[in-house]
Amino acid sequence: MTKQSLIVLGIVIALSASAFAATKATPPKGTATISLPGDAGMAFKPGPGAGVVQGQCLSCHSSAYVSTQPVLTKAQWTAEVTKMKAVYGAPIPDDQVPTIVDYLTTQYGKP
Amino acid sequence: MDLGRGRFLAATGAAIAAGAIPGGAVAQSVKLPFANGDRPLVAFPQKRPLIVLTPRPPQLETPFAVFDQGVYTPNDAFYVRWHLANIPQSVNADTHRIAVTGLVNSALSLSLADLGAMPAVELAAVNQCSGNSRGLFEPRVAGGEWSNGAMGNALWTGVRLRDILDRAGVKAGAKQVQFNGLETGVFPATPNFKKSLDLDVARGDDVIVAYAMNGQPLPVLNGYPVRLIVPGWFATYWVKMLSAITVRDTVDDNFWMKTAYRIPDTPNNDVLPSQTGFPTIPINRMRVRSFVTNVADGGTLPEGSRALRGIAFDGGSGIKGVEVSSDSGATWRDATLEADYGKYSFRRWHAELDVPRGTFVVAVRATGNDGATQRATAGWNPSGYMRSAIETYQVTVS
Repeated sequence: MTKQSLIVLGIVIALSASAFAATKATPPKGTATISLPGDAGMAFKPGPGAGVVQGQCLSCHSSAYVSTQPVLTKAQWTAEVTKMKAVYGAPIPDDQVPTIVDYLTTQYGKP
Repeated sequence: MDLGRGRFLAATGAAIAAGAIPGGAVAQSVKLPFANGDRPLVAFPQKRPLIVLTPRPPQLETPFAVFDQGVYTPNDAFYVRWHLANIPQSVNADTHRIAVTGLVNSALSLSLADLGAMPAVELAAVNQCSGNSRGLFEPRVAGGEWSNGAMGNALWTGVRLRDILDRAGVKAGAKQVQFNGLETGVFPATPNFKKSLDLDVARGDDVIVAYAMNGQPLPVLNGYPVRLIVPGWFATYWVKMLSAITVRDTVDDNFWMKTAYRIPDTPNNDVLPSQTGFPTIPINRMRVRSFVTNVADGGTLPEGSRALRGIAFDGGSGIKGVEVSSDSGATWRDATLEADYGKYSFRRWHAELDVPRGTFVVAVRATGNDGATQRATAGWNPSGYMRSAIETYQVTVS
């Protein structure tokens, strides 16, 4: 093997070794910033109670949390609204619960 | 076995439609293969257009055709699932810290630079939402109505959680390790999203705190700058924007462990829709699954082609074999497994259908190295978790 080819071989080995050593990523540096699109233009269907629903439900989640559900019964919507209050701590006044349940059952459910 | 029986859905995988909206922009949408499955396709920050389940908190599904394009799911196509609406939209990796506290000899506050100075581990692993495919449950259940795209496979780089725990020094009597990230609820009363693993699981060889995904920083929506990776386990434990690791001497009874993300403690974790009062346990390892990726249900193969391609994965034993059927599961033939990227990764496979021209019900079935295989009939549980039945596809050979 000539001296020249040995040098070439050496370079190849060095390059391979450095490429191999560089395969693992290192921790990121700096700030990553995004701007989320909010509700992305989605809205609750119009209907009796829609204003109350917008006021209470949109604090924490977009209307798609409701509109993508399968057709739920009044009992199921009642359970969902109760869960939002009791488990997730949504400050929904008790006297607004029936309005919300009726709206959800009428617009997105079945009796 | 007749897997075609009971097929009632329109033969659409995810039909993509485009419609003009006022202002000249074109809104893309898809129809997922279940009732009320219309979804817009929107490009969120650092993401290509994905299927929007909910915009706030963001829940974005990967269009299934992405899984045909390679063993790794690109970062900009990787699905997104957050629980609470207050997600930091600006995160500084230079000042981010992970607090390691609780039952340890010395509490730590680890920077990303600290992690960079520790031994690095790199592994491929599937991240799958517990509720992936929930929309396909019958009877339907309330929840995040995903089709099959709430999953992805990535190469994760980070440090072993065990190395972090050893650096802090876990005291005798430790039972569980709890993880918290930067997301919070809008109201103080909303339970913070915290998840816990038993100490022996947390100390496993492959549980890592990852700062890179497919060789790049994590997208913000996937947990920049660092998230927990629990290979083989459902994604609920893979806490994003990881900020706290707490060693506990008791079993975690917070809402996200005690009430949510639980499965029936019954054979196959199945119950009848009418059943109540059964015991439950926290969801844990994933079940074996397999999918065809080069043709959707109701689709037609390119003229003259009988080639099928797809993916398979399980809860960490690795894929032993994949079989395909062209007669609704009556007879099966072996598919060819492609390169092995590790026991937690998607395993790609291909097969050639032995059929004339016509329309067939194709099925795919994977078996893990642990012997577990897929069942013909989907089980049911009230939360719509762990779907793993044999997938079938109506495919036309032209």
